[in-house]
Amino acid sequence: MADKLLTVEFVTPEKRVWSGKATMVSARTLEGDLGILPDHTPLLGVLVDGKVSIKSEDGSAVEFDVSGGFLSVANNRVSVLGETAAQ
Amino acid sequence: MGAQLRIYRRRIRSVKATKKITRAMELISASRIVKAQQRVSASTPYANELTLTRAVSAVATFSNTNHPLTTESAAPKRAAVLIITSDRGMAGAYSSSAIKEADGLIVTLKQRGLEVDTYLVGRKAVNYFKFRNRTIKNSWTGFSDNPTYAHAKTISDELIAAFIKDAQVEIDGVDELHIVYTEFKSMITQIAMNKRMLPLEVVESDGPAPAGLLPAYEFEPNAEEVLNALLPRYIESRVYNALLQSAASEHAARRRAMKSATDNADELIKSLTRLANAARQAEITQEISEIVGGADALASASAGSE
Repeated sequence: MADKLLTVEFVTPEKRVWSGKATMVSARTLEGDLGILPDHTPLLGVLVDGKVSIKSEDGSAVEFDVSGGFLSVANNRVSVLGETAAQ
Repeated sequence: MGAQLRIYRRRIRSVKATKKITRAMELISASRIVKAQQRVSASTPYANELTLTRAVSAVATFSNTNHPLTTESAAPKRAAVLIITSDRGMAGAYSSSAIKEADGLIVTLKQRGLEVDTYLVGRKAVNYFKFRNRTIKNSWTGFSDNPTYAHAKTISDELIAAFIKDAQVEIDGVDELHIVYTEFKSMITQIAMNKRMLPLEVVESDGPAPAGLLPAYEFEPNAEEVLNALLPRYIESRVYNALLQSAASEHAARRRAMKSATDNADELIKSLTRLANAARQAEITQEISEIVGGADALASASAGSE
C-alpha cells in the first residue's frame, strides 16, 4: 500500500485550493467523519461544515475549514469540492 | 486671432480632453480583462471536477431517483430567461447584442407557447426592459464587471426555487431555465449565446467515450441527498461561469470601443489641426495683402500729388 497514493484535488468555485498526492484524506460528511486511504471504494459524499485534512505524500498535513460541498472518490482520485475553504 | 482660428483651437482642446478619457478607459479595461480572464481560469478546476467526477451522471444512473431538476415537464408552461448584460455603457454593442440574442430566444419560446419570465443582470438590460414597459421578474445590478460566487449563488438560489415550484399551479414557477450570456472566445471575439440550463439533460455519453464503466459509487448518506446537494452546485457553477465570461467579454468590448474612440479622436485632432493651420495661414496672407495694398495706395497717392 505504501506505493499507492491518492491524487487529490481540493477546489472551490473561486480557486484551486490544494492539489497533489496524498496518503490520506479525512473529512466530515452528513453521516460522520470519514477517512479515505488508497484503494477506497468509489464514493460520493455530501460534506458538512467542518475540517478537511489531507496528509500529503511527504508526511506533512494540511487542514482546511470547509463550509458545505462534496467529496468524490474513484480510482484513487479524490475530489473535494468545497463551497468555501480557509486554511 | 481670427474668430475661425479660435473656434478650431477650442474644438481641438475639447477633442483632446475626450481623448484622454477614452484612452484612460481603454487602459483600465485592458488591465481588467487580464484579471477577469484569470478568474475564469481560476473557476475552471471546480467546474472540471464537477463534470470530471461524472458525479451528476453517476447519480442519475445509479439512483433512478426522479429529481425535480432533471425531470422534464410533459407540458411546459413557463420558462425563465436569465439575461446577463453590463451595468455601464461605453462598451460598444456588448449589452445590445446580448439583449438581441435574448429577444430572439424569447420569441422562440413564445412560439412554443410558453410564458416567459425574465431575470436580468446588469443595469443596461433593466433599462431596456423598463423603457419598453416589459415585466421584469427580478434583477440584480451593481456587479457586472466583478462578479463573485456569492452573486452567482443568490441568482441560482432564486432560479432553482422558481424551477422547483410547479408551474401549472404556482404563478412564479417555471418549467425551463435558459441563460443568455456573452461567451469570451478571445480578446477580439465575444459571442452572445443562449443555453438551456434546466432541466438538465442526462446525456448518456458525449464527446470522448468515458474510459470504462462508471465506478459503482457508494453514496453518503444516500443517492437522493447527494443529488439534492449536487445539482444546485452544478447550476451555481454554471451561472458563475456565465457571469465571469460575461464580465471578461464586457471588459474586452469596452476596451475595443474605447480604442476606436481614441483612434477617432486622433483622426479628428489631425484634421482639425490642418484646418486651424489653413485658417491661420489665410489670416496671415490676408494681413500681408492688406499691408501691401495699403502701401500701394499710399505710394500712388503721393505720386499723384507731385
